[in-house]
Amino acid sequence: MAEENIQDRRPTVIADELHIVYRVNGAKTGKGSATAALSRMIKRGEERGVRKVHAVRGVSFVAYRGEAIGLIGSNGSGKSTLLRAIAGLLPAEKGKVYTDGQPSLLGVNAALMNDLTGERNVILGGLAMGMSREQIKERYQDIVDFSGINEKGDFITLPMRTYSSGMAARLRFSIAAAKDHDVLMIDEALATGDRKFQKRSEERIRELRKEAGTVFLVSHNNKSIRDTCNRVLWLERGELRMDGPTDEVLKEYEKFTGK
Amino acid sequence: MSETTHDGTVAVTAAPSPDEGLTAAQLAAKYGLSVSGARPSLMEYVRQLWGRRHFILAFSQAKLTAQYSQAKLGQLWQVATPLLNAAVYFFIFGLILHASRGMSQDVYIPFLVTGVFVFTFTQSSIMSGVRAISGNLGLVRALHFPRASLPVSFSLQQLQQLLFSMIVLFIVAIGFGSYPGLSWLLIVPVLALQFLFNTGLALIVARMGAKTPDLAQLMPFILRTWMYTSGVMFSINTMLEGHSEWIVRVLQVNPAAVYMDLMRFALIDGYGASNLPPHVWAIALFWAVAAFVGGFVYFWKAEERYGRG
Repeated sequence: MAEENIQDRRPTVIADELHIVYRVNGAKTGKGSATAALSRMIKRGEERGVRKVHAVRGVSFVAYRGEAIGLIGSNGSGKSTLLRAIAGLLPAEKGKVYTDGQPSLLGVNAALMNDLTGERNVILGGLAMGMSREQIKERYQDIVDFSGINEKGDFITLPMRTYSSGMAARLRFSIAAAKDHDVLMIDEALATGDRKFQKRSEERIRELRKEAGTVFLVSHNNKSIRDTCNRVLWLERGELRMDGPTDEVLKEYEKFTGK
Repeated sequence: MSETTHDGTVAVTAAPSPDEGLTAAQLAAKYGLSVSGARPSLMEYVRQLWGRRHFILAFSQAKLTAQYSQAKLGQLWQVATPLLNAAVYFFIFGLILHASRGMSQDVYIPFLVTGVFVFTFTQSSIMSGVRAISGNLGLVRALHFPRASLPVSFSLQQLQQLLFSMIVLFIVAIGFGSYPGLSWLLIVPVLALQFLFNTGLALIVARMGAKTPDLAQLMPFILRTWMYTSGVMFSINTMLEGHSEWIVRVLQVNPAAVYMDLMRFALIDGYGASNLPPHVWAIALFWAVAAFVGGFVYFWKAEERYGRG
């Protein structure tokens, strides 16, 4: 590897003192009654009836081209929120995220409709990710083959609501993984489907890593982090607790979780 | 918690590089990184939106198909729903309330049905616009696309819905003795202008609904008030006979009334130009352009803020 030089240390994502705050309507006191809502409206506060959830608190890091970065932390520590903020999908409360190109989140679930056939969902999902009609046509067969939906009969022409949850998850992953990305973010996508499909999708993720500049991976599976990542960010309660090479951070993390 | 030794963040273990000591902003500038999720310029935004035109169309068609996919009669409901709607309004306003006021049955029934369909087009565009962002937060938080795609797509869905209703409308018009003529060609510009107007309103309420989801609860009341003052079931001219001229004019320049009257003028033989306010095409054009341009800019101004809970 002769590429290990300064040229390679090109930053692709810079997070600068990033804060993310969710606002939840009508959850301020936990009393959901109409009178409680009314009294909140009458008592003019700064923001009535709105409860703030401070999900990410002042996270800073610089990610470089060619890095595969794992995000770990217990449930609700802000991992997925951080990914969405990097992708520019959640507005920052304070601080900034700078990125090279448009980072994309490997997730297309929300654009798909259960009442439509798998076929139309492939097209809809591809368009939602910003692919052109030609690109989709070109990759359509690959997507269907990869998902393995048609291995047990002609399922792709049936509405998605008729699929088993495993089949639906496989199709979703196949659609999402069909596009090439500059900065790619994967949110526990490895945990879908049966073992055969998991192996296939891990392979596809390694492929995507090669094409992408930087990969972020959220997972609770320390083994898959160890297998795919060379750097790990450990988040706890929205704060960056540790940032370093995979082995170092995972050792501390395992000590912390008592494993 | 037994972890007392690690109270802070361990620094990145990277070899010192020439970038040492730069602030994040300077580093970003040096390598040409841009702020993630920043609002693009208006021109750039229009360009991005145009780039997503296939998605917008596919999404609207998908929504339209998904609507009736569980029903036994399937897509037949696209036509059956407006037909039943027209029948209910005819039953109440034509047979029970006698709202026709001197209009002959041949004119009044197509008059009523046109009014109901045209107003429903605006009404449902606004209703789906209110929920365009707040009802699709999952989509907004998962994928990157110009957010205006959603309200535009929902308006487009309503336009396609209206085209199905037009089939019913044509049958009703012909059934009551108004045959297709050259004036029917006017339907195209009327629909185009009304679509622009609806999309503009949908964009405005989409931004307001994203900030205040309660608007979805309030909207039906506003829309119903608007419907009853727009002359859907009665002719403003005959209803206000004897009142001063300016009240009639004010009610007639109401955009909903303008588009309904133009459509009736185009379709119904017995509904002549005397029923239209002066400069009606200019008014129709003004409402369309003002709503669309204003709505688009208003929506774009908050582009980077959609998706916050």
